[in-house]
Amino acid sequence: MNMHSKTDLRELSYAEAIREAMDIAMARDERVILMGEDIGVYGGAFGVTGELVEKYGTDRVMDTPISELGGAGVAVGAAMTGLRPIFEFQFSDFATLGMEQIVNQAAKIRYMLGGAVSVPVVMRFPSGSGTGAAAQHSQSLEAWTAHVPGLKVVQPATPADAKGLLLAALEDPDPVMIYEHKILYKMKGHVPEGYYTTPIGKAAVMREGKDLTIIATSIMVHKALDAAQTLAAEGIDAEVIDLRTIRPMDRDTVLTSVRKTGRLVCVYEAVKTLGVGAEVSAMVAESDAFDYLDAPIIRLGGAECPIPYNPELEKAVVPQVPDILEAARNLAKGRV
Amino acid sequence: MRDTVTPNNIPYAIARYSAEELKDALKKMYLIRKFEEGAEDSYMRGLIHGTMHLSIGQEASAVGSCMSLSDEDKITSTHRGHGHCVAKGADLSRMFAEFFGKESGYCKGRGGSMHIADPSKGNLGANGIVGGGLPIAVGAALSAKRLGTGAVTVCFFGDGANNEGAFHEALNMASVWKLPVVFVCENNKYGMSTSTERSTSVKNIADRAVAYAMPGVTVDGNDFSAVTEAVDAAVERARNGEGPSLVENVTYRWRGHSKSDRNRYRTKEEIADWQSRDPIAAMAKLLTDHKIATEDEVAGIEADATRIIEEAIAFATEGANPKIEEVTRDVYTEETAS
Repeated sequence: MNMHSKTDLRELSYAEAIREAMDIAMARDERVILMGEDIGVYGGAFGVTGELVEKYGTDRVMDTPISELGGAGVAVGAAMTGLRPIFEFQFSDFATLGMEQIVNQAAKIRYMLGGAVSVPVVMRFPSGSGTGAAAQHSQSLEAWTAHVPGLKVVQPATPADAKGLLLAALEDPDPVMIYEHKILYKMKGHVPEGYYTTPIGKAAVMREGKDLTIIATSIMVHKALDAAQTLAAEGIDAEVIDLRTIRPMDRDTVLTSVRKTGRLVCVYEAVKTLGVGAEVSAMVAESDAFDYLDAPIIRLGGAECPIPYNPELEKAVVPQVPDILEAARNLAKGRV
Repeated sequence: MRDTVTPNNIPYAIARYSAEELKDALKKMYLIRKFEEGAEDSYMRGLIHGTMHLSIGQEASAVGSCMSLSDEDKITSTHRGHGHCVAKGADLSRMFAEFFGKESGYCKGRGGSMHIADPSKGNLGANGIVGGGLPIAVGAALSAKRLGTGAVTVCFFGDGANNEGAFHEALNMASVWKLPVVFVCENNKYGMSTSTERSTSVKNIADRAVAYAMPGVTVDGNDFSAVTEAVDAAVERARNGEGPSLVENVTYRWRGHSKSDRNRYRTKEEIADWQSRDPIAAMAKLLTDHKIATEDEVAGIEADATRIIEEAIAFATEGANPKIEEVTRDVYTEETAS
């Protein structure tokens, strides 16, 4: 995978971009602390925090015990009382152990208290399959938190957005959940220097096109861009949109594109049913953009199955470039 | 249980606190009792809906545990949290208005009985989830340590919460990081209907402190002086940077768990026995015995509390309901399209 970036621009990996964002945030704001399992000298299970503990010390880069519920709750309590914690769930799967604090506390405290207090906590969720770690270390559960009013949920697909969205999350007064794809951690791309934010709630048009719209999240953005290149050679001009934020969703960008192209494929790694694709499809179906559709909407999502161990099986249960190509060709040729 | 009498035979609280402070504590205990009686009465008369968890009989624990706290110090509370709110200085009118679901309530009618909070007084809120406040309290203590505020957090929780995983995780982290937090377990004997004997492997919940390398003490939670002596020592320890403590206030709720409770799991005799150990009557006796207040003054304090509650109910009754078109306000800090 590459980011199609020019060689004269500075490139960082996705993991390096997140680390740079945390470094910048910690240097400019004493209130920012990092919490998580093995994020100190170990550097994080995926190396994201790296050497930050050497620069900021163990008081600000805090290894927690293996206590996802308690750790998440400590981050919530600290956020309510003046700190700006960034809490890393070692694997997003482990956040299931902390859901009480995410769903009942972080998401609702502001509302339940009539706006008397904010919970500016940032939580990071290394997600997704492709590492051979099987069913309990490979899930994409972003729809769980996106279903909860009070939370904001982002899924950066590029190193630049991984940095910009993290810095935006820290500026945000409300809890922001960041789902990072583990396979993207090593992907390189251009990352601007210094401080900048990527707006939460705004999708990005990654490639303009007129024949069909591919709406993708996270790693699927790159698969969609690969597919779009192949399609272009076949005379099919696909528009690729990186949703970037799934709560709140960027309705305008989605609907504008569908009105233009009249055809929609939505591709995401999480289990297909009751996920992001259902929401995007419903958003189109419930709007005037529905009148512009020339074909049924196609959702490409994960199989109704836990992530299996065998590498061929693991690939088979999540959408791949050929799946996107097939769907796009069928749509473009009116075969659906 | 700890001996609560000083060498001079003067109870700790009498030696430690001024007459004004002690009379104010008695007033808060009356306010809690009368707030909850008023809430119960309002419920019976159909003026408020939903449910409520009354702490009648537990007033000494709430007030005693907050005696040495300032507005900068934090508390986290529970579903049975009205007493903690009052003890931490909440305004009774705004509490009642919240009970009535009014815009003038602490949570603007969005939270109700189980979510009353007052961050301006350091009250981070009641909590509808058993054990939900435990890690949050540790987080507040982490902020205090990191930001150097000197604040202490008192974390109230019940005997039920001590069997939640959050209890273990929170106490362990507080101890590992030596945070300024005091865990105050209000052991009122039952988690809904299940007694501590049937639910908890140790005789005293404070015995669990040893697993977290922190001091643990069990006191008579209906004895105001015993509560203050134990909690004050724990607060001082926390403030001195010596880390967390666990205090178990053994007490009893006179009323059922909530409005659905038919009291089928305990006897009338047991309830009557605990009612004969009324913490408010004991506090009044403590003050008169030690010439802190006359019986007339005690009656005056009680009458004062009754008047405040009547005014609070009137304030709540007159308050405006929240506007339906504002129902999504405060989900986010800034209005966000979903």
